[in-house]
Amino acid sequence: MQSASHGFDRPLDEQWDVHENGRASAMTDQSSEHELRSLMCAGLDGDADAHHRLLVDLSHRLRGYFRSRLLQFHRGPTEAEDLVQEVLLAVHTRRDTYDRSQPFTPWVYAIARYKLLDYLRRTKVSFRDIPADDAEHLIAQNDVDGVESAYDLDYLLATLQPKARRAIRYMKLQGLSVRETAAKTGMSESAVKVSVHRALKALSALVKKGNKP
Amino acid sequence: MNTARLIEALSADVGPVRRAPLAKILSWVMVLGAVIAVCVMLATVGPRPGLAEAPVHFLALKLFFTMSLAIIGAVVLFSAMHPGRDLRRWSPYLLLPIVLVGAGGAVALALTPLAAWGTMMLGTHWAMCVVCIPLFATLPFALLIWALRKGAPTELWRTGAIAGLVSGSLGAAAYSLHCPDDSLPFVAIWYAGSILLCALIGKSLGPRLLRW
Repeated sequence: MQSASHGFDRPLDEQWDVHENGRASAMTDQSSEHELRSLMCAGLDGDADAHHRLLVDLSHRLRGYFRSRLLQFHRGPTEAEDLVQEVLLAVHTRRDTYDRSQPFTPWVYAIARYKLLDYLRRTKVSFRDIPADDAEHLIAQNDVDGVESAYDLDYLLATLQPKARRAIRYMKLQGLSVRETAAKTGMSESAVKVSVHRALKALSALVKKGNKP
Repeated sequence: MNTARLIEALSADVGPVRRAPLAKILSWVMVLGAVIAVCVMLATVGPRPGLAEAPVHFLALKLFFTMSLAIIGAVVLFSAMHPGRDLRRWSPYLLLPIVLVGAGGAVALALTPLAAWGTMMLGTHWAMCVVCIPLFATLPFALLIWALRKGAPTELWRTGAIAGLVSGSLGAAAYSLHCPDDSLPFVAIWYAGSILLCALIGKSLGPRLLRW
């Protein structure tokens, strides 16, 4: 498990440099803000590849952030993974509240911290002694190795409408395109898009309720 | 569930995303909330008899006090709908109308003989004021919560408190069309007090109503 390294896709020796040089570290934070923000904006413009890269990058940072925070409350990687997924869903479904004229890091950080506090409140942990941290902590995290969260995708899918379930299965899990999914399900392309969108909304509602098998 | 699979699922769900029209939603809810508060006032206690002949400057003062609180509060709520914006940036301005009216009330009392203080502070209908303002604020509060949930509030009790304060101010603005008590200390104590009561209620309801 790597933790607190900057820029997960950089060679290791460069990461050491970053740690030993304060100025370089500040610059890296700025460049990751820049990178994340441009991925976010491209995703908002409809670039699926950029959106995918954004979520992957964020998942690494969030994983490190939540693992280190949850350690204080004797929670393990599974709980951290639940939170990673909740925040990814929140980033995805609430991205229409992101203002492009504002920095991206504080936006994500506010959501991550909110989900952490919400989780602790839900699980009846006293959060009075959560140390004040800041956005830098989140953005400096990097944890690539995921574990399975406690949410069971198949279980969640089973609660969806059959049509939406089929569409999401073909498209998301088997990687078919909208056109191929439309052909396979006999739905129109826009109907596929709509039902996938609805299914994801329903999925996010279920995760919010904390439905677990 | 594997996070990589979730990411696959999420990133297939993209098309251009337009920014949520939060400013528009919030403005409409403010206007609608004010109209509804006035309608509830008209349907229950009704306007003050002889509203047209009543001293204009007191009505103007009450409306100015309540509407300035409502508008500054709405600006704070707009920030609250966006994760990562600091609510504390605009919140201190909420104190401005309260301090001004409080200071005005103190000066008015200082210029008045002690014997008249009781009627100046209690007026004739202080209890009506405390009951009506939260009552008129209820529907605007529900509307504001609905609007806030279109955004992504991350500081729930603070956001709830400001939503209570804004709806209380709209309720107080509606009540001012009924209120027969024309004295500054009365406004400073009972208007501000009722609005703060609404803020406290909003603070306690916020975390439950705004959670997402």
